[in-house]
Order: sequence, then structure tokens, then C-alpha cells
Amino acid sequence: MFTETPLIRRKLRNEFAAKCVFGLMALAMVIPLLVIVGYLFWKAFPLLSWDFLVTNPTNGMRKGGIWSAFLGTLYLVGISLCISAPIGVLAAVYLNEYARENWFTRIINLAVVNLAGVPSIVHALFGLGAFVLFAGMGRSIIAASLTLSIMTLPVIIASTKEALSAVPISFREACWNVGASRWQTIRHIVLPNSISGILTGVILQVSRTAGETAPIMFTGAVFFKKISEGNLFAYNLKDQCMALSMHLYTVTTQVTEAPAALPYAIATVLVVTVLAVNALSIGLRVYLRSRKKW
Amino acid sequence: MAQPNSDMRRRQRWQRLSEPVIETVIRLCGISSIVFVFGIFFFVFREGAGFLFKGLDLSQFLTSTEWYPTSQSNVRYGVLALIAGTFSVTVLAMLIAVPFGLGAAIFVSEFCGGRMKETLKIVIELLAAIPSVVWGFIGLSVMNPLIQDVFHVPVGLNVLNGAILLALMSVPIMVSIGEDSLKAVPDSYREAALALGATRWQLIYRVLIPAAKNGLLAAVLLGVGRAVGETMAVLMATGHAVNIPKSVFDPVRTLTATIAAELGEASAGSDHYQVLFIIGILLFSITFVVNLSADLIVKGIRKK
Amino acid sequence: MLMEPGKKIEVRDLRLAYGAKEVIHGISFDAYRNEILGIIGPAQSGKTSLLRCFNRTIEFTPNVTVSGVIKVDGQEVSRVRNVYELRRKIGMVAPLPVGLPLSIYDNVAFAPRTAGMRAKSDLEGLVEKCLRQAALWDEVKDRLDSLGTKLSGGQQQRLTIARALSHQPEILCLDEFSIAIDPVTTMRIEDVLKELKKEMTIILVTNLVQQARRLAARTMFLWKGEIIEIGPTEVIFSDKPANRKTYEYVNGIFG
Repeated sequence: MFTETPLIRRKLRNEFAAKCVFGLMALAMVIPLLVIVGYLFWKAFPLLSWDFLVTNPTNGMRKGGIWSAFLGTLYLVGISLCISAPIGVLAAVYLNEYARENWFTRIINLAVVNLAGVPSIVHALFGLGAFVLFAGMGRSIIAASLTLSIMTLPVIIASTKEALSAVPISFREACWNVGASRWQTIRHIVLPNSISGILTGVILQVSRTAGETAPIMFTGAVFFKKISEGNLFAYNLKDQCMALSMHLYTVTTQVTEAPAALPYAIATVLVVTVLAVNALSIGLRVYLRSRKKW
Repeated sequence: MAQPNSDMRRRQRWQRLSEPVIETVIRLCGISSIVFVFGIFFFVFREGAGFLFKGLDLSQFLTSTEWYPTSQSNVRYGVLALIAGTFSVTVLAMLIAVPFGLGAAIFVSEFCGGRMKETLKIVIELLAAIPSVVWGFIGLSVMNPLIQDVFHVPVGLNVLNGAILLALMSVPIMVSIGEDSLKAVPDSYREAALALGATRWQLIYRVLIPAAKNGLLAAVLLGVGRAVGETMAVLMATGHAVNIPKSVFDPVRTLTATIAAELGEASAGSDHYQVLFIIGILLFSITFVVNLSADLIVKGIRKK
Repeated sequence: MLMEPGKKIEVRDLRLAYGAKEVIHGISFDAYRNEILGIIGPAQSGKTSLLRCFNRTIEFTPNVTVSGVIKVDGQEVSRVRNVYELRRKIGMVAPLPVGLPLSIYDNVAFAPRTAGMRAKSDLEGLVEKCLRQAALWDEVKDRLDSLGTKLSGGQQQRLTIARALSHQPEILCLDEFSIAIDPVTTMRIEDVLKELKKEMTIILVTNLVQQARRLAARTMFLWKGEIIEIGPTEVIFSDKPANRKTYEYVNGIFG
């Protein structure tokens, strides 16, 4: 009874054709990623080495390594996340655990969404107006970090909210029933059981912050700055600093007669760092999903 | 509890005192995003307000294509060409990104199972992680000569270059939201259509896309928001010509790139400096509206 | 605090509304010390909402209006100084078993710890006592470190009872505790309740009328937010209760 008729054969062919077409569209995403990373790596190859990472650029940045830029990026990322992570997590705690469903909460959520959509150059203008000028910090690591932290804040709020709401409400109700207060419930049950999701979100912001250029261009990142090599504390918070993203931009657009491999090498370091951090976050997510407590 | 001892009473007293403080801190953090949104608008406005109210010819600003901020004799601040630059790059980018993004979203949602789905989603996430300055660099060093060779045009830094980069940058968010909205379409729709004998094409074209159209629209709007606000990639890849493009091979300048390129040279407080901040307000308003609409549409589908 | 001797809970003219919809329409009744008061009635009668008014967890639901008076030991619950102490006075067991994502030991120690108890010796004794009272000790005594969420449904429900007992309540409220567990565990818990009534007042909300018949001294028939009848269980389940509707519900004619 159920033999293959020409109609069924045609349907299967149709189905296969549809699968191919849409599959090719998805492939159009995968291929650029592989090609780009591969190409960057290949052209950067002659310059990549451990030395490249830990020596300073010399000769107007045509020779030497990228230590000062790399360290600068570490500072910016570290400081900005130390500011935005706690505020973001607590803001999400408020939104998910305390806020009632009224117009005020709706406005806060709207503000988060809009903050997330602000163009990076507008963040730069804000940082310039608020931190560099109004607050008198001048162009400095601290001003740039504050600018970056406001940029990452909304995404941390959103991902933390998601992690918090994954904790079933029945747990909270069980705690309230035995006389625990809202904060006790959050502290002992909700937060410890969402820390994994929160961490995943924060780690993702690390890679985003490392790659941003516009917000730091006018608030603290600089073309060139000499610091001592191999010293993790070489930068002062009130100084300006170099940064990998800014370095790539300057070498590409403003340094003449640089060795061809140099910008590729910088781009490779940046991309590899960013992808490695993202992979860490994804790995963490997968690992924690397997260790679910309920 | 039956007989709390003095230790327990002490701890309960401490709880009664410290908790309101903690909860106040939490509440303050909760309203911080409103504070920052207003703050951004306020401080950007503040830097540009002076010239905005005294001296800027608003109609010339918005309708003239002549942008000569550094001219010695005849300073003109017309941003129409810049708006055209942003517009052309964004539109072309969306024309490329939307079909590919939706196609990929459909593939991931309807044709993929388990392992493959996870892997594909991870790859798309990684694509989104590439920093914009790296995209700009690729536009300069790879796409530039490529476009020159393939299309036989003299200049490779143009609308097309920027649009391709923006498309690759906006696609991931469209895939992710598109996939979410397709997932939200109940399976019963699919089962009903297949039971009636529909082919996969028909199912997708006539059932799924209309059912998910709100979410797909929101995805596109968010992609647009992303494209309009992008700075580094377009700064490096679209060239530096301030004029309305007549073909995709013309170089242009976007609003974002203009600010980034010229802010360093404008002396603080000067008219030029303030106009750049005013452009910032313009950008903020555009992305505000786009994101607001996208959010309202998304809320619309969630309510259902 | 004038209250008739023997009364543990007094409810006077309690009204509860979710938004514009009133679900409890001005009910009044008493619960006496050391009795098991059964509350029966079909779904959506307001039984769960009533319990949540006792320990004021109704306040966590948005858009709720409560009026009327509930007194526990003569004190109005809406006016107590410390609402957490009130909640510790009342033990609550929900319909669906909930094991907190903590070890079994920590599950039972959670309430005393939030009340400030820290001494390990005190806690250990209390945990064992509560697990024994809940008829769970023998099954878990060798694995107190394992996660509470990995227990079976029946075990988790007994764990919930142990948790409810851990703050030494004077009133124990059970809200349809048996709907998600097997009959054997239900029987065991019913034996536990018969023991516990010597120490505390028990409010037993149940959709199994026979359970009320077995356990409760007095039973209340709550229907669509109104008390149809309240009285000795024998009367409620007899052929001639005060209200015809009671007879019909108890005998399955509707509901």
C-alpha cells in the first residue's frame, strides 16, 4: 500500500531542495567565520610569537610587540566589568525579585532595552561629556572604563534576569513559607542557583569590551604610550592607555610602511582572545547544563 | 520558633536592621538604567546645546548636503549627505542580511536537529563576537582589493564594502531572534499544514512566516538599529567622500563615521565640536525610535 | 487578648479578591487547639487562598485585596510585629512536593538557620527530630548530604513536612498534600498527622473527602468562596447534614 509514487518522490525532492537552499544560507554564515579566522591567522603567521605579546611596540609601532596595548585592554576590561557586573546583577535582582508589574517597571525595562541599543560612538560622546569633562577625570583609564561599563550594563542586566527567572518559583514559595525574607531567599537559594547563568553572561561581556574601539577613542585610549614591559601594574588609573582594538585601528589607518603582517597579527590576537573568551563562556554553559540541580 | 535564645534574637535583630539597607541598594541599582539613559541624553545634549540654540541653522543642517565644517571662509553644516550615507549602507546591508538571516533562521529552526542545531548556533554566536574594528580591517585589506578586482571599479571603499560588513555583523542577531519567533509558532500549525499535504516550501512561505511575522519584523528592526549605530567598520570601509551615493560603488560617509573621524580634530567647545555632538543626539534619537518599535513589537508577540 | 479558651484561629468576615474578582465572600469560622480541621470543596473554592491568608504569603501575589480579620492566639495577623515569626508559627505544606536544591540536611536546617540558629549540636538534633516526625529519617539517615531535589515525590513531600516542622510551628496547614504522591506514602503521612495533632492544630485542606472523614474531627465545606457548612465530621458525612449541598458533594453528586 505505501509504495513510493511519483508524487511522493517529487515531494521528497522538494523537501530536499528546500533543505539545501536554507542550508546554504546558513552555511553562508559559517564559511565567512572560518575563512576570516583562517586568513587572518595565515597572514599574521610570520609575526606571531610569545615575544610579540610581551614586548612593547617600537619604531613608531612598526616593530616590536603589542604588550602595552594588550595590558591596556586587560585594564579596561577588568575595571569596567568590576563596575558593571555588580550593578547589573543587583539591578536584575531588583527587576526579577522585587519589582511589581506596573508602569514604572515597564519604564525601567524600556530603559534597559534602549541603553542596549545606543550606538558605540554616542557612548563615546557621553563618556567625553560626563566623565572626561564634567567629572574632571580627563582622558584616563578610569573614564574609559566607566564609559565601557555603561555600555555593558544592559546586557548583563538582561542575561542575569534570564538566569534568575530560570529558578522555579516553587523554591521561593517554599522559602517564604518557612519564614525566610525575600533577601534571605535570594541570598541562599536564588543567587547560588543562578550564578552559573550570571557568570556566562558576564564572561560574554568580557569579549565584547575587549573589542570595542569607539567608546575608548576619546575617553582614554591613546595612540602610543610607553610603559615598562612585563609589569602587570605598569598603568596608572589616571593615565591614558593603549588598547588592542585602538592599536589595530591606528596601525591600519595611520602607520605607514608597517610590515604587512603586523595589522594581521594584531587582528589575530584580538580575534583569538575574543573567540577564546566566548568559547569559555559557551563551554561553561554546556558544562553547567549537565550539572543541573533539579 | 518555640524558644529563640538570645543569640538567635540578636541575629534576627541584625537581620531586621541590615536587610532594609541591602534592599535599598538593590532598588537603587534597579533604577540605574533609567538614570543612565537620561544621563546619556543629558550629557550629549549639554555639549552640543550651545550651538544648537544659538547659531545652528536647523533647516540647513537637515536638508543641505554641504558639509564643510573646517572651511575657512564658508562654514556649512549640512548633514543630508551623511544621512544618505548611513541610509544607503544600512538599506543595502539589510537587503543582503535579511534573506540570509531569515533563511538561516528557518534552517536552524525547521531543518536542524540536536547536535547540528547547537553547533550552528554556536558558530553564529562566534560570528557575532568578532569586533567591529576587525571587520573594518577586513573591509580595508580584504574586501577593498576584492571589490576592485571583481567589479572592475577604481575604488573598493564604498557603500558595497560597508554593506557587506554590516550584513555579516547584523545577521547573527537576526538569526537568533528569528529563530526564537519561529520556535514560538505552535507545532500544531506545522502539523496541520503537513496533514493537509503542504510541501515544506508552502509550509514555510504560507504558514510559518506569516505566523512569526511580528518576531521576524522585530529581528529586522534590531538589525537595522545595529547597522545604523555601527561606527568602526563603516569608518574604515566606506571611504571618506561626503556626498549622496549614485551607485553602490561610490564612497560615502556615515553619521557615525563622521563623528569618529572629526571629533579628534575639532577643538573643544568650538562650533564644529558642538555640531558633532548634535549629530550624536540625532543618532541617539534614531536608534531610540528603532529599538522602541522593535521592543513594542516583541512585547506584542509575547502577550499572545 | 480576649479569646475563648481552646480557639487557635479566629476568622471573621474574610474577603479576598484577585483584582476585581472576589474569590472569598466574607467567611467566618474558628479552629480549635489540637484539632484537625478538614476543609473540603471542589477546585477554585478559595481553599488555597484561605491558607495563604493565614501566613500572609498572599502578599507575594500582585493585585490582591484582603479584608476582614484573622486572629491567631488572639492576635490579628495583619498587625503582628514580625511577619516572619508569624510564618514560623504556621507550617505550610503545598500540593506539589518541593525539595530545595540543597542537601537533605540543609533542607531541614534552612528554617532554623534563617531564624538565627547556628549551633551545630542544636541543628543536628532538630534535623533528626523533624525527619523522624515526618517518617523520613529511616530512609535518608545515611545520605543526609545528598540533594533534596533528587528524592522521589513521596519522599520530597515528607521532606516538606520535615521542613515545615523544623521551625516548631503551632499550626500546620496542609494543602491537598496527597495529590502528587502514592497511596502508601499518603497513608504514612496520615499516621504522622494523627500523632502531630497532639502537639499542634492542623488545618487539612483536601479534595479527597474520605481523607477528611478519616482524619478530621470537624470539617468545613467551602464552595465558591462561601462556607456551606461547618461542623463535626460525623454530621457532615451523615445522611442528614445541615445543608443539602453538603450531602451532594460528599456523595459525589457534584464537584
